Amino acid sequence: MSTEVKKEKKFTMTLPADELMACGHLACQGCGATLAMRYMLKALGQKTILCIPACCWAVIDGPYPYSSMDVPIYHCAFETAASTATGVKAGLEMTGDGETTVVAWAGDGGTFDIGIQALSGAAERNEDIIYVCYDNEAYMNTGIQRSSATPYGAWTTTTPVKHFKSRPKKDIVAIMAAHRIPYIATASVAYPEDFVKKFKKAKEIKGTRFFHVYAPCPTGWKSRPEDTVKLARLAVQNGYFPLFEIENGEKTTLNLKIKDRKPVDEYLRLQARFRHLTPEQVATVQAEVDQRWERLMKGCA
Amino acid sequence: MKKVIMGNHALSYGAMLSRAQVVSAYPITPQTQVVELLSEMCADGTLNAQFIKVESEHSAMASCIGASVAGARAFTATSSQGLALMHEMLHWAAGGRHPIVMGNVNRSMAPGWSIWTDQNDSLSQRDTGWMQFYCASNQEVVDTVIQAFKVAERLMIPAMVILDAFALSHTYEVVDVPDQALVDRYLPPFKPEIKLTPADPRAFGGLTGSEHYMELRYKLEKAMEQAPALIEETGREYGKIFGRGLGLVDPYRCDDADFVFVTSGTAGYTARVAVDELRASGLKAGNLRIKVFRPFPFDRVREVLAKVRKAAVVDRNCSYGAGGIFYQEVKSAVYGRAGMPPLFGYIAGLGGRDITVDSFKEVAADALAKDKAEEEIVWIGVKK
Repeated sequence: MSTEVKKEKKFTMTLPADELMACGHLACQGCGATLAMRYMLKALGQKTILCIPACCWAVIDGPYPYSSMDVPIYHCAFETAASTATGVKAGLEMTGDGETTVVAWAGDGGTFDIGIQALSGAAERNEDIIYVCYDNEAYMNTGIQRSSATPYGAWTTTTPVKHFKSRPKKDIVAIMAAHRIPYIATASVAYPEDFVKKFKKAKEIKGTRFFHVYAPCPTGWKSRPEDTVKLARLAVQNGYFPLFEIENGEKTTLNLKIKDRKPVDEYLRLQARFRHLTPEQVATVQAEVDQRWERLMKGCA
Repeated sequence: MKKVIMGNHALSYGAMLSRAQVVSAYPITPQTQVVELLSEMCADGTLNAQFIKVESEHSAMASCIGASVAGARAFTATSSQGLALMHEMLHWAAGGRHPIVMGNVNRSMAPGWSIWTDQNDSLSQRDTGWMQFYCASNQEVVDTVIQAFKVAERLMIPAMVILDAFALSHTYEVVDVPDQALVDRYLPPFKPEIKLTPADPRAFGGLTGSEHYMELRYKLEKAMEQAPALIEETGREYGKIFGRGLGLVDPYRCDDADFVFVTSGTAGYTARVAVDELRASGLKAGNLRIKVFRPFPFDRVREVLAKVRKAAVVDRNCSYGAGGIFYQEVKSAVYGRAGMPPLFGYIAGLGGRDITVDSFKEVAADALAKDKAEEEIVWIGVKK
């Protein structure tokens, strides 16, 4: 009797198998920012140095003298992710290491708000660093306070339901595009292949590269930890957080085409931070998403 | 080689001769010529360094910290408001044990806007964990930058080299610019034991609980306590090679003095002229110029003061509500010690008002007429 296998079944790995982030980190359950770090390191590999300012990740990697990471980290001051990374890169080059990728890894508060001056300065000089903003849309590490990345309508501890955030989220990608840096991309933890591909591409580019990474936060969004990837996917599919890249501040490419863009309703419903919104206010959110989507489509054309 | 250079360029030459590898700086009057010359030196290859033209002093210090932790020798220079903006990062540099050397041109703090000298900018950074060297000549500036790198890197503590706005920063003097080969012999390349490298992945400055934090600060203080002896040792070594020693204090005609001015910065050289004139009129005067403010040279100050009858501390600064800052430090140096002279405190020269020979004579006349210091702070040359 023949035991020969008729057809060999092959499993194709679509992501690098290397793990540079170990278990034992201190993130909340369902943290999108940890997935983001894991995927980024898979793309960039071990010759990477991280500069992490005050943000959730200042804590996640573990307290002194521990670290859950297999790459070096410099914990820097809140507003200095870009300027510290700039110095690290210069220091490495002057001591004979021109190869290591230097990453500034900051939250939305450290990027949209307090760190924007240093980021703008580094981008204008086209420093040879990758700057990643993992955006969970509020100051989550200090206990959910609004940042300028907090979207219209959201509850936070400083935008209570009776006085929720009435202004739209700052358009950080447009700000960065205005600096005409070589590479800007959005990335989502729901699309790891796209995520890794873009970081690999960025690694080979010289100059300032900026990533806006969408990182759901169950603790701050009052969503279920198991919905993190689902929320991230919905945000891409409804156009709230489209996946695209901008090269040299001009050439915009949509990385994932959406045929039938979903309404924002389900996305909002899964997060208690939006629970208070009236149908009219939901319509405002929808209108803003539609407007941004149209602007993006025009940019891609 | 002898050159006629301004104080600011003395800082630039010091950084060049020290072979700084990363310079990150932002312009501010009256520091600008420091970075102008350094940027030329980097552009024409006189100095093999990366010059990062940052958008603020806060970023200047942040990128010096990044460069230093990556293993490079880092230098910056600033003044006044710029130094104040850096304040957070000064704690970071010292707390993280990054041996950066920074030039600071003493300029008064606004408001009102002032570009002229006093020491409130640097003395406000007293407790950040930086060493502070106050210079009185352009020669001393060049020499001190080189020595500061040596001491800083040995102890892994950053150091500030300080000079008065205009009185020194823009004053041209003959400077014996040290020979590069000799400086290389004195100051070896920076090779930190631990640095930021993928070959040895470590996390620097992570969340530190109460079970570890205090030990890190204890180690910083213990390292700082080694600084006075190391500054003297490296100062003697410098003297052997270059013929000019560098110390913690600079006493002038103090050995047989009855009355001593305690000064810092360029006022210390004006005081020497006053000392000579007062001696000519019969008063055995002397001047103790304090060069290093942090760590404070308690022993050296006590040694000099133990031999005199009266001492007047002239401060170009004010800690509002507590008086002159050097005066407070000198008082703490003599507290509880037998045989110490009565001390008198004076404030002069804020916002760039001149401290002249006559100012010192006024101080001497006031102090000599009293048995002990009044509780009120004595201001020299102020319109009340």
